[in-house]
Amino acid sequence: MLYINCPHCGMRSQNEFSYGGDASVKRPELNKEVTDQEWDNFVYNRKSIRGKHLELWQHISGCRQWIKVERDTATHEIFRTFKADEEVA
Amino acid sequence: MTQAFRIENGGLINRDKKLSFKFNGKTYFGYEGDTLASALLANGVHLVGRSFKYHRPRGFFGAGVDEPYAVVQLYRNGETEPNIKATEQELFEGLEAKSVNCWPNVNFDIGAINNFLKIFLPAGFYYKTFMWPKSFWYRIYEPFIRKAAGLGVASTKHDKERYEHKYEYCDLLIAGSGPSGLAGAYAAAKNGAKVILAEDKPRFGGSLLTSDVNIGNQSGKDWAEGIIAELKTMPNVVVKNRSQIFGYYDHNMLVMSEKVSDHLPSTKKYHPNKRLWYIRAKEVLISSGSIERPIVFGNNDTPGVMLSSAAKEYLKVYGVLVGRKPLVFTNNDSGYETAIEFKKHGVDPVVLDSRKNAESEIIDEAKNLGINIKNSYVVVAAQGYKKVKSADIASISEDKKQLGKIENIQCDCICVSGFWTPTIHLASQSGNKTKFKEEIDAFVPGQSKQNEITLGAANGIFSLDETLRTSFKVGSELSKKITEIDNEIAIPNVVEKKSSQHDKFWCVPLPKGKNYKRFLDFQNDVAVSDVEIALREGYRSIEHVKRYTTLGMATDQGKTSNLNGLQLVSEIENKVVPAVGHTTFRPPYTPVSIGAIVGREVGKHSKPTRKSPMHSWHEKNNAVFVDAGVWLRPRYYKKGNENLFEASKREAKNVRTNVGVCDVTTLGKIDVKGPDAAELLNRVYTNAWLKLPVGKARYGVMLREDGIVMDDGTTTRISENHYHMTTTTAQAANVLSHLEYYLQLVWPELNVNVVSTTEQWAGAAIAGPKSRDLLKKLFPNSDVSNEGLPFMGYMEGDLFGVKARIFRISFSGELAYEVNVESDYGNFMWEKIIEAGEEFNIQPYGTEALSTLRIEMGHVAGSELDGRTIPFDNALEGLVSKKKDFIGKRSLQRSAFTAEDRQRIVGVVPLDKQTSIPEGSHLVKDDKAPLPNPKLGHISASCWSVEYDNPFSLAILKDGKNMIGQKLFAMSPLKNKVIPVEIVSSHYVDPKGERVRS
Repeated sequence: MLYINCPHCGMRSQNEFSYGGDASVKRPELNKEVTDQEWDNFVYNRKSIRGKHLELWQHISGCRQWIKVERDTATHEIFRTFKADEEVA
Repeated sequence: MTQAFRIENGGLINRDKKLSFKFNGKTYFGYEGDTLASALLANGVHLVGRSFKYHRPRGFFGAGVDEPYAVVQLYRNGETEPNIKATEQELFEGLEAKSVNCWPNVNFDIGAINNFLKIFLPAGFYYKTFMWPKSFWYRIYEPFIRKAAGLGVASTKHDKERYEHKYEYCDLLIAGSGPSGLAGAYAAAKNGAKVILAEDKPRFGGSLLTSDVNIGNQSGKDWAEGIIAELKTMPNVVVKNRSQIFGYYDHNMLVMSEKVSDHLPSTKKYHPNKRLWYIRAKEVLISSGSIERPIVFGNNDTPGVMLSSAAKEYLKVYGVLVGRKPLVFTNNDSGYETAIEFKKHGVDPVVLDSRKNAESEIIDEAKNLGINIKNSYVVVAAQGYKKVKSADIASISEDKKQLGKIENIQCDCICVSGFWTPTIHLASQSGNKTKFKEEIDAFVPGQSKQNEITLGAANGIFSLDETLRTSFKVGSELSKKITEIDNEIAIPNVVEKKSSQHDKFWCVPLPKGKNYKRFLDFQNDVAVSDVEIALREGYRSIEHVKRYTTLGMATDQGKTSNLNGLQLVSEIENKVVPAVGHTTFRPPYTPVSIGAIVGREVGKHSKPTRKSPMHSWHEKNNAVFVDAGVWLRPRYYKKGNENLFEASKREAKNVRTNVGVCDVTTLGKIDVKGPDAAELLNRVYTNAWLKLPVGKARYGVMLREDGIVMDDGTTTRISENHYHMTTTTAQAANVLSHLEYYLQLVWPELNVNVVSTTEQWAGAAIAGPKSRDLLKKLFPNSDVSNEGLPFMGYMEGDLFGVKARIFRISFSGELAYEVNVESDYGNFMWEKIIEAGEEFNIQPYGTEALSTLRIEMGHVAGSELDGRTIPFDNALEGLVSKKKDFIGKRSLQRSAFTAEDRQRIVGVVPLDKQTSIPEGSHLVKDDKAPLPNPKLGHISASCWSVEYDNPFSLAILKDGKNMIGQKLFAMSPLKNKVIPVEIVSSHYVDPKGERVRS
């Protein structure tokens, strides 16, 4: 079971969180013309990365904040965590 | 029965407390502190079971977790449990156990005929034989194999025992209380670290209980006792015996199974049977020790053949002689230690050492005691069927290929030692890549992967002095980092005998003309010849050899067999052992009872049960409840002998003719507040929200980004910046997360707050033509006329002094209202409604009637919004704004979603107006078409229309728009029904929607 550092609450077990997918995906702006390809990339197409992956988790049984987690998908090592509005350098 | 094999004195058992127990129906006696195995051996019982495949007689091979043979069925306090190792089961008064895998009994076992058929039962037998004819699998082969397989029978009764889960955090977790574990724990504890020390056996001390060593001028055992006693007094230390750490998971999470009650005749009141600990440790010390491995020889599975360390443990811990004429067969000094113990207790052993000459302090001691030692000698085969009677022995050449003349010597047990295998399971589970250590012919942990350090014998270090030094140091350094306390500990002086290099020898060759079975895996009956067949047939990877032969796949997971299997494969393949590699170590290290894994989450405790504030009223009024998500909701209110069908029809009919009331507390409610609340709703819902006035409700549909309908519900503008959103019962939590996602990540610029208020409000839906009359009575001071409170209107009211929210919304399609009060007043509200409604013939209605009412109105619910439908499919395209953008809008342009013949909701009526259509039935054009019959659609919901008094269903049908009036067939192979049907509009009742506005 992963041990995730919630930037708001501190170290908490995985069972307090729910997974939210790739954090690098950016939703196209509202009312903007987007091609089929752009839209498909946003809705469906994901890279299945082996290694460092920036992903979203929600601290659903805690502060309910969505956070970003940088995790190695092969080893489960967690490098850093960020608040939703924090820039990932 | 006398305990004929119990020595006069000695052992750690309590001779003052005699216990009686039964094995295979016969009564025996043992002592407190015995295991079932030691007590049986004290009584001279060596035959405990039959082997898995050939039903050969089985005895005791080990004295602990590594035991491959002595698996029994246990009876305790009216319950039964299979797969219990007699070597682990502590004796208690009244214990009962039986042999497994034998019929009619262990002495005369019909299945033993397999032993004579063994040439027909080689590796891969099942795979080769049960392949054809295919149709035989389910009827004949599988039942046959199922009956033959398994060790023991699981109980089919409800388990009365209680199991608990516990979460714990510590600085250092120490797995194993042998010398390394004690030293590491002690050093860390002295530095103030929070320590958990776990020992799987009842007694602490590990190898110190049986080894002849001195630590700080005390015997090893006394030193261990002193350390444990001191640790137990320290507030920062938890010391647990009977506790097996069986799994090492991600991020230093380890799981431990504590046997709380298995050693007692019955579980104490308020105690669990087992406790499962989830431990998050900052640092982990693995001090799990090592397990002796056997040397392979002919008929090495005969009862009476056992590990030499086990024989020593039975003698030193339990005061039991495993034989009076022991033969010790060894390739290292450990066998001598066992021989010395025998000799000290007046028994004359013979030692066969495969080494030509070996010299050490231990061997000198044996020689001084006058023990008969034969060098360059091996056991070729054990003789005897149900018990060892003698052994065929021979000298062996230096290259270990040639056997000398075979001699037979009398013996009643053969104690075998093929050196030691470090227990690296936990390290390997943590992700540590193991490495092969030539000097000990075994794998040891390599680079640490998580925060784990392996100590002592588990790390391939067999010197006590070195083990203690490193363990004290590691325990001290790791704890110092955490606590910043450095209390130096004097490392005690160690006296131990030096041992000599073991012989790299593990398998005795077959003598000419002999075809003895030489077993590698004793529980699954895998012999050398089976592995040879697997390799001959082309299995190369050790993982494939394992699965083809089942080597190491039994409940003991090959603790005594895996390494010898690897040796064999490497020898035949002409590779070195590390090139063959070992199979993956997976948790659990030892079998874990399912009850412990499940814990308290059984029956009604498997998920929370939510009840509305009106629950007790429903109970008192004969409600029959149904699970709706996590809620319990009344399904119908039973009157007299009514069944579900009759009751729901009555309740629905009463709504259509008079007035009904339904508990809708369970609907999800979300408060949406802030200056940008309207903008958020406008982006989340498909329809327009910017112009909704205060005091009005609106129905909305929300999509996922892929265009699929996520949820629906009404949202009401309570005040300028305050909206009250409702969701379906099932989707309440997901919708809240969905809103939080967009507010926190996508549109953080929106100034809106959302919070769940589901539990804060109790809700009652009042529906039916007489509902306004009832409302007037409930709220005499409010104008609830059609003008004062029109359809989709909202107002606050005073319900006999209680503030209430009144919404004019309808799910039933009738003139209807929903009244909300704060939850604590829910029951008050309900009783007032029932009381005031009496004159209008009010009746409460449950979810079944609620469904009936919505189905015949063509209102969609969860069975249509099933994660596969878009607004058009549900005839909701009128709510999809063309002007503004919203979540999922772009997806609606996908070609599949705009296809001319897109699926759509329709109504379905059976032609005979009698036969109810099972939900899930497929709609097809031709009921006689060959299979697979092309499916045009499916029935999503069915009811008995109270308006027309005939069955009515909703369906999602391909090209539904153009199918009205068509005749099709509804087919349910599951219910074996074919029903001719007509397709009609989904708005079966009041298609113009006049009633809700009346």
